[in-house]
Amino acid sequence: MPAPIRLRELIRTIRTARTQAEEREMIQKECAAIRSSFREEDNTYRCRNVAKLLYMHMLGYPAHFGQLECLKLIASQKFTDKRIGYLGAMLLLDERQDVHLLMTNCIKNDLNHSTQYVQGLALCTLGCMGSSEMCRDLAGEVEKLLKTSNSYLRKKAALCAVHVIRKVPELMEMFLPATKNLLSEKNHGVLHTSVVLLTEMCERSPDMLAHFRKLVPQLVRILKNLIMSGYSPEHDVSGISDPFLQVRILRLLRILGKNDDDSSEAMNDILAQVATNTETSKNVGNAILYETVLTIMDIKSESGLRVLAINILGRFLLNNDKNIRYVALTSLLKTVQTDHNAVQRHRSTIVDCLKDLDVSIKRRAMELSFALVNGNNIRGMMKELLYFLDSCDPEFKADCASGVFLAAEKYAPSKRWHIDTIMRVLTTAGSYVRDDSVPNLIQLITNSVEMHAYTVQRLYKALLDDISQQPLVQVASWCIGEYGDLLVSGQCEEEEPIQVTEDEVLDVLEGLLVSNLSTPVTRGYSLTAIMKLSTRFSSVNRIKKVVSIYGSSIDVELQQRAVEYNALFKKYDHMRSALLERMPIMEKTASNGPTEIVQTNGETDPSVVETKHPPPVTQSTNQATDLLDLLGGNDMVPVIQTSVPTKPASAGGELLDLLGDLSLSGGPAPTPAPSVPTSQPPFLLDGLSSQPLFNDIAAAGIPPMTAYNKNGLKIDFTFERANPNPNIAVITINASNSTEADMTDFVFQAAVPKTFQLQLLSPSSNVVPALNQGTVTQVIRVLNPQKQQLRMRIKLTYTHRASSIQDLAEVNNFPPQSWQ
Amino acid sequence: MLNSKKSLRFLGKLRLQKWYVPLSDKERKKISRDLVQTILARKPKMCSFLEWRDLKIVYKRYASLYFCCAVEDQDNELITLEIIHRYVELLDKYFGSVCELDIIFNFEKAYFILDEFLLGGEAQETSKKNVLKAIEQADLLQEEAEAPRSVLEEIGLT
Repeated sequence: MPAPIRLRELIRTIRTARTQAEEREMIQKECAAIRSSFREEDNTYRCRNVAKLLYMHMLGYPAHFGQLECLKLIASQKFTDKRIGYLGAMLLLDERQDVHLLMTNCIKNDLNHSTQYVQGLALCTLGCMGSSEMCRDLAGEVEKLLKTSNSYLRKKAALCAVHVIRKVPELMEMFLPATKNLLSEKNHGVLHTSVVLLTEMCERSPDMLAHFRKLVPQLVRILKNLIMSGYSPEHDVSGISDPFLQVRILRLLRILGKNDDDSSEAMNDILAQVATNTETSKNVGNAILYETVLTIMDIKSESGLRVLAINILGRFLLNNDKNIRYVALTSLLKTVQTDHNAVQRHRSTIVDCLKDLDVSIKRRAMELSFALVNGNNIRGMMKELLYFLDSCDPEFKADCASGVFLAAEKYAPSKRWHIDTIMRVLTTAGSYVRDDSVPNLIQLITNSVEMHAYTVQRLYKALLDDISQQPLVQVASWCIGEYGDLLVSGQCEEEEPIQVTEDEVLDVLEGLLVSNLSTPVTRGYSLTAIMKLSTRFSSVNRIKKVVSIYGSSIDVELQQRAVEYNALFKKYDHMRSALLERMPIMEKTASNGPTEIVQTNGETDPSVVETKHPPPVTQSTNQATDLLDLLGGNDMVPVIQTSVPTKPASAGGELLDLLGDLSLSGGPAPTPAPSVPTSQPPFLLDGLSSQPLFNDIAAAGIPPMTAYNKNGLKIDFTFERANPNPNIAVITINASNSTEADMTDFVFQAAVPKTFQLQLLSPSSNVVPALNQGTVTQVIRVLNPQKQQLRMRIKLTYTHRASSIQDLAEVNNFPPQSWQ
Repeated sequence: MLNSKKSLRFLGKLRLQKWYVPLSDKERKKISRDLVQTILARKPKMCSFLEWRDLKIVYKRYASLYFCCAVEDQDNELITLEIIHRYVELLDKYFGSVCELDIIFNFEKAYFILDEFLLGGEAQETSKKNVLKAIEQADLLQEEAEAPRSVLEEIGLT
């Protein structure tokens, strides 16, 4: 058989191929030839064939059939064969292959070979890809070579030992004796690899670390010699003597000096020396300075040294070389927590880096900028960060927006500034803000009472410009729904009030409903907003029309809302104003937790609730009897049950009757309510009757009680038991007025703990006549299946002498018989 | 510690690659492909470091070749640049003004040089002279081993 072609020829031939297919063909042909050559067990040309195979492997073609041949080459006596054989092993074999272990014996022999270059090959291969079994078997040989006087082998053995330790950490002890005089070597190669070995051992074992601390003086000496010694051509790089070794020593010093005062003190001087004397014009010098700074920051260095380190980083920031700027920003980010003030001094340079073209640098600068924001620099920093938000790539926008919100929350100098900032973020990066910012913002806005007019005006103007950014649109429609009256009346103090008519506002909101840009969630927001305006605006008919149109919308969510709102107009019009009242100020719950629970006065924002995860239900279960549950016990129950209660909360527009105590995170989930009708049908249907349904008094004489008596308003409770179900207590309230003026628009609301269910029937009237001339009666039915102590919270609203009065009270003095 | 070191050609062909962690062939191919694409997408003025997965990548371009290393979090990126530079210098000294063709036609030599300079991802010899000396000696050894055979071949006795 003719001699196989030489490697170079093959390479040349393959390179002439013009297409991938041609190349593949050549390769396949050659592979076939090589395979048959292997089969013939040809020793002479094995080396050449394997070399060709390796080339083809490099091009991406499979070469696994050459694995065994590599082994044969390694076992050969010829140096050429061994060289290629070991190279093949490193390229084709790794510890996942079965044949891997077969190498062990060969390597063992070669580690004891008479030629150092063969030993070198073996050490190299073992150190690059030896498996744990191989390492275990051969560790002894490596340890022996670590003690040899041949520096060529010693340095390789050291790095091989590093690999062994990584693979089999238990063997670390074994190498300890050999490390005794490693550092007294003159040979830089050995020194370098020894330092690497020592570093590896110290990182893995605190005992080793303690043991090697005594080497600090020696290391300091070596480093000093490197710096002070004259020009050494062999190790010089741009005027610096063996920078690789210097960096390695600095790194080991860092590990040894961490948390140890004595060691840190011993290295103080040398670190200062390196920091001040190193030439910074080339990358090499900066590499050493970088390592020095990292070391200074990590050990217990004195403050002067730390300031020196941060100043070096500050200088790095001004360097023209991008790489230097990058490492400076990275290091500053690590130190900003501990040396905050020192880093603050470089704030303006850092902020300038926001304008850099490089993505990695921009990201680092952004993170660092947020870390540096504090009460003093908030205005200036925010200006820069908002400018950055405007112009940055989309990948940054979400993070930047969240960062801005967080910073604004912590350090806002004034409410107006805060709202302006939020508006700016919403208008520039509106589509990138996170989902939970919408409820956060709404909560913030409700809290800034004096800014309502200003806020709604700005939001309205923003809506006129752009309705594509959903979070902005959602917040804006919510605000318009709440504060639309302020908008139309032109009451803004902060800036020039705009002239807007009710129809214009309704046009905008209706536009949102029909626009393709609006998501279903947004549409929900705007429909609710329109509904709220029915109590604030006078163009009720128009609103009625809109609402009734959506009663047949394809979107189930919208349809449900529209139907319920329709019902509100038709049957429960007297309730409407109370239900759609202005929302009270919300207290903050966890600021970073699941979204804020929106407390409503009869009106939930279903979209807000949608972004909530389990909280309402799970939290309620945790707060059993202590918290008063928020139940709707009014006559809306029948309306809800006819529709699909996919989300109990969204079904609960009218159901919810939240009373006071806003720190309740039990949420507006009317979880009990939907189940009430299914178990007790009679109550449902009779909800509208104002007569008590039961005339029988099953329980004999439960004494009546006074639940409330204040400002002339007295409310008495009388009790009855419903016959068919002994768990139900029927309470009739009697409200009387001893003052000289009538109390009009009287509304009584009640809530009970979670384990109860409450139903409130219609009152006899909503005027409590003066001077006890008459009473308003209303029936409450309480289901108490667990026979727990009855408690109730009541809310009263009425108009008295032309002023509207609200009051909350707890009723705890129920007689035991009423609930046992 | 270097996890892997490669050199790439301008059009994205991988020339040399050295892996210091065990990974399957498929994984290696995938990583190589992804990395090549990411690096080739970088503009010339950008900095030499990038974060990729959980590693730091240090790369530098020399004429039509990119040399890149994946290093661990605690490694010094600037000194890694120096290591890359040192390797290129070694190649340059050995081949005499190295160009891409040298590396293509003598890939095994490029690997030998790399293996004399780095071991297990760390530098084993910081002196340029010593590395080159070792390679020279090894090459000599190789020639001595080859010599007898070719003589025999020449006179027709294989």
